[in-house]
Amino acid sequence: MTPLIEVRDIGKTYGSVIALRDVSTVVNAGEVTCVLGDNGAGKSTLIKVLAGVHQHDRGKFLVEGEEITFSSPREALDRGIATVYQDLAVVPLMSVWRNFFLGSEPTVGFGPFKFLDRKKGRAITKSALAEMGIDLRDVEQPVGTLSGGERQCVAIARAVHFGAKVLILDEPTAALGVKQAGVVLKYVAQARDRGLGVVLITHNPHHAYPVGDRFLLLKRGRPLGCYEKPEITLEELTRQMAGGAELEALAHELRGVAG
Amino acid sequence: MAVAAEAPLRDERLGSPRLLDRLVVRPEIGALLGALLVFVFFSVVTERFLSPGGVATWLDDASTLGIMAVAVALLMIGGEFDLSAGVMTASTALVTAILSTRLGWNVWLALLASLAFALAVGALNGWLVMRTGLPSFIVTLGTFLALQGLNLGVTRLVTGTVQVSGMRSAEGYESAGFLFASTFDLGGTAFYVSIVWWLLVTAVAALVLVRTRFGNWIFAVGGASQASRAVGVPVLRTKVLLFMTTAGAAWLVGSINILRFTSVQANQGIGLEFQFIIAAVIGGCLLTGGFGSAVGAAIGALIFGMARQGIVYANWNSDWFQLFLGVMLLAAVLVNNALRRRAERVRR
Repeated sequence: MTPLIEVRDIGKTYGSVIALRDVSTVVNAGEVTCVLGDNGAGKSTLIKVLAGVHQHDRGKFLVEGEEITFSSPREALDRGIATVYQDLAVVPLMSVWRNFFLGSEPTVGFGPFKFLDRKKGRAITKSALAEMGIDLRDVEQPVGTLSGGERQCVAIARAVHFGAKVLILDEPTAALGVKQAGVVLKYVAQARDRGLGVVLITHNPHHAYPVGDRFLLLKRGRPLGCYEKPEITLEELTRQMAGGAELEALAHELRGVAG
Repeated sequence: MAVAAEAPLRDERLGSPRLLDRLVVRPEIGALLGALLVFVFFSVVTERFLSPGGVATWLDDASTLGIMAVAVALLMIGGEFDLSAGVMTASTALVTAILSTRLGWNVWLALLASLAFALAVGALNGWLVMRTGLPSFIVTLGTFLALQGLNLGVTRLVTGTVQVSGMRSAEGYESAGFLFASTFDLGGTAFYVSIVWWLLVTAVAALVLVRTRFGNWIFAVGGASQASRAVGVPVLRTKVLLFMTTAGAAWLVGSINILRFTSVQANQGIGLEFQFIIAAVIGGCLLTGGFGSAVGAAIGALIFGMARQGIVYANWNSDWFQLFLGVMLLAAVLVNNALRRRAERVRR
């Protein structure tokens, strides 16, 4: 099967700063590829390339086997790659259904007299959210009234509804409490089970491990390793994430201080 | 997908929202109350305020301001300012006047040329703001000063004075004047046609804002432009079009002015930009964008017109108008702030 997304030795430089180099991984339908790394590891750069916000300048970026360079997020969207950003997934002052349809609004009428089909918009929003297991009382309420987890879920449901093949999630659990994070991960799993390829960016291995099928570890713009789930345990993932040997040395040092 | 059209839109967990809650999240409600207050006050205090002639006067005063306030409100909901909007009303009038009186152009042709000029400046404003990423406040302050200089400089160069007059003898003045500056009779009182333009602009803007895709995008780019871009909203196009709309509205007002007064001063329009913004804010627009109403801005302009004329009818010194304006603006900003907090919590 051709992977939905494949990157081969991809690289990106901003002026003299090498933000990303030699990164390779794949995203398959019905699988979750986790991208893990600390701040400044190059996670954001990688997803910005995948989402069409920035363009890579080295290596190959293949979508369904075809080499490609997106020039705008719209192009990526048209190829079925939808991105949900951590803090800017939605417009808080707009209602849930207006957010849901933002950029793809349903209209009735013709020519210059095209008006929003508000009834259809509300009904579809409610049913699409219900299909994902999100039960909202009122789709007319401003998104700002929802909790952080619910906002992420609305954005995920939107991407799924509009036929995304690949869903890129940028730190969806970063600002959330334990319970909320669990809810969001449930929807990630649900999107995966619907056959979407998911790219999950996180710095929390405990969030990544239960839902992930493949783990790409980044550090200072370089890949630290790319593992299939059977190849790695949660402990090993955590250890590598935290800097492995470095952390052990630090722990030793701290013990010395404490003692 | 099998979305039943008859799917229950009301959730059974929702009681019918209280009327007060439903009203309080509408951005224009504060302005409406203010307008009512001002209306009742001057109706009681003065006799002429409610007379047909009085009504025609304050409606006319509010109309040209209202056209601009509505356009500026759209721009502000889209998250931007246009400080050049006031001077633009003079620039467009000057272009029309110079072309038709000095170069002998047909008035209609001159109007078209000045519209093209306005749209070009609007597009330039929008393009500069979006390309540089600078605040529109500073970019349009630049165009404001540049236009002010051009207005005076070019007018002096062409006419030797700082005004252009003599529109009446220009070819096509009658028909153009009929469209932009005539009066119509309603119950024996003459009302200026600018009032109709005002109502028309407000209705179209309100419809576009809440009932069309473009209107949805206006709220979105003002509320969170990065998020909008990420879901495929053409942010640049939306904002450039908003700047062009504001400039287009300035052209309409400039045309109304030049055809009514048949002459234009080169220093007209300076300071009006703040009146537009004030009217829009009184009408419920947030300074930070993403929230507001076209109808509210029109009502904001109405308050302006009623208060300005009411103070004259009451035989007060017009100095008091500024005090009134300041208090009104502060009150509006406070109310808006409180309303927005509620709007984020309470459903519409």
